[in-house]
Amino acid sequence: MAIRVEHELHARRLSRNVGVGLTLVGFAALVFAVSVVKISTTGPVQGFDHTIRPELAGADE
Amino acid sequence: MTEATVITPKDVRDAGFGDFFALLKPRVMSLVVFTALTGLLVAPVQVHPVIAFASILFIAVGAGAAGALNMWWEADIDALMKRTARRPVPAGRMSRQDALAIGVALSGVSVTMLGLAANLLAAGLLAFTIFFYAVVYSMWLKRTTPQNIVIGGAAGAFPPMIGWAVATGGVSVEAMLMCALIFLWTPPHFWALALFVKSDYANARVPMLTVTHGHRATRRHIMAYTLLMAPLAVGIGLTSIGGPVYLVVAIAMNAWFIRRSASVWLRGEADAEADGYRAEKSAFRFSINYLFVHFAALLAEAALRQFGMDIW
Repeated sequence: MAIRVEHELHARRLSRNVGVGLTLVGFAALVFAVSVVKISTTGPVQGFDHTIRPELAGADE
Repeated sequence: MTEATVITPKDVRDAGFGDFFALLKPRVMSLVVFTALTGLLVAPVQVHPVIAFASILFIAVGAGAAGALNMWWEADIDALMKRTARRPVPAGRMSRQDALAIGVALSGVSVTMLGLAANLLAAGLLAFTIFFYAVVYSMWLKRTTPQNIVIGGAAGAFPPMIGWAVATGGVSVEAMLMCALIFLWTPPHFWALALFVKSDYANARVPMLTVTHGHRATRRHIMAYTLLMAPLAVGIGLTSIGGPVYLVVAIAMNAWFIRRSASVWLRGEADAEADGYRAEKSAFRFSINYLFVHFAALLAEAALRQFGMDIW
C-alpha cells in the first residue's frame, strides 16, 4: 500500500488552515505597524538607566 | 416539518474558512465598518491612518464576535427558520462550542487590541456593545418582548460613537446624535421587512411585533418611529459635524421617508396583498439608502471642512 504523505483530513481542512495562517500573519503585521506608529509619534522618551544623566534632574534639585 | 430536517447529510461537511467568516455576520460588519469609520472621520481630531485602520478593524472584529455569540445562543431557533437554517451551526458544519469559543476569543482580542491601538474609552464602549448584543438582546430580550428590535437596535447604533471615541478619546453630543439616528432607524427598517417577508418567527416562538400585535400595529409603529427620527436626523445638520450639504440631503431624505412610511401606515392588509406589498418593499429598500446617504453626507461635510470650505 502506497504511503500517502498528505492525509485526506489535511486536504479537507486546507482552506481553514490557509485562512487561519494568513489571518495570523496579517495580525502580526498589523501589531508591528501599530507599534511603529505609536513609537514614532510619541515624543522623545528618556528614562533613568544605569548611566548618570544630570540633565534629567530638575534645576532645583 | 421544520426547515432543519430539509438539510441533507450531503450538505454537512467540515467547516471551511468561509464558515468561520460567515459566523461573524459579514453583512452586519459592513454596516458597522461604515458607520464607525464615519464617526472617526467626522470627529474634529485627526487620527494616523494606521491607527484608524487598526481601530476600525478591531471594531469590526468585535462586531463579528458579537455575531458569533449570537449564533451560539440562537442555534436552536436558527434551525427552525428558513432564513437562518443554513448558518454554520444549525447546518451542522460547526459545533455550538466552536461558535462560543470563537465569540469569546475574538471579543477579548478585539477589546484588548482596540484599547492598545486607540484608548480605553473606545475599548470600553466596544465591550459594552458586545455585551449588549450578546446578552441583553440575544439572551434576554429577543425571546421575551416584541420591542426586541427597538432595544437590540442600540447595539447596532454604538459604532459611530466608538469611532468618535477612537479619534477624540471622549463622547460628545454629535456622537450621541449619530448613535440616536441609527437607534431610531432600526425599528422602521426591520418592521418594514417583517411586513412583507413570510417569516417563521412564530414557529421559533420569537415575539416579533408583526406576530404578537399584527400588521396594523406594526404599520403605526413604523410611522411613529419615522416621525421621531426625522427631526433628529435634520437636527444633526445644525451641529459641528453638519452643514448645508447635509442639511439639504437630510431634509429631502426625511420628507421622502415620511411619505413612504405614511403610505405603509395608511393602507390596509387587503391592499398590500393585492399589489404584493409594493409600498412596504419600497419603504424597506429606501430605508437602506436612507442611512447610507445620511452618513455619506456627513463624510462629505468632513471632506469640505478638510478643504477649508467650512460654511457653518
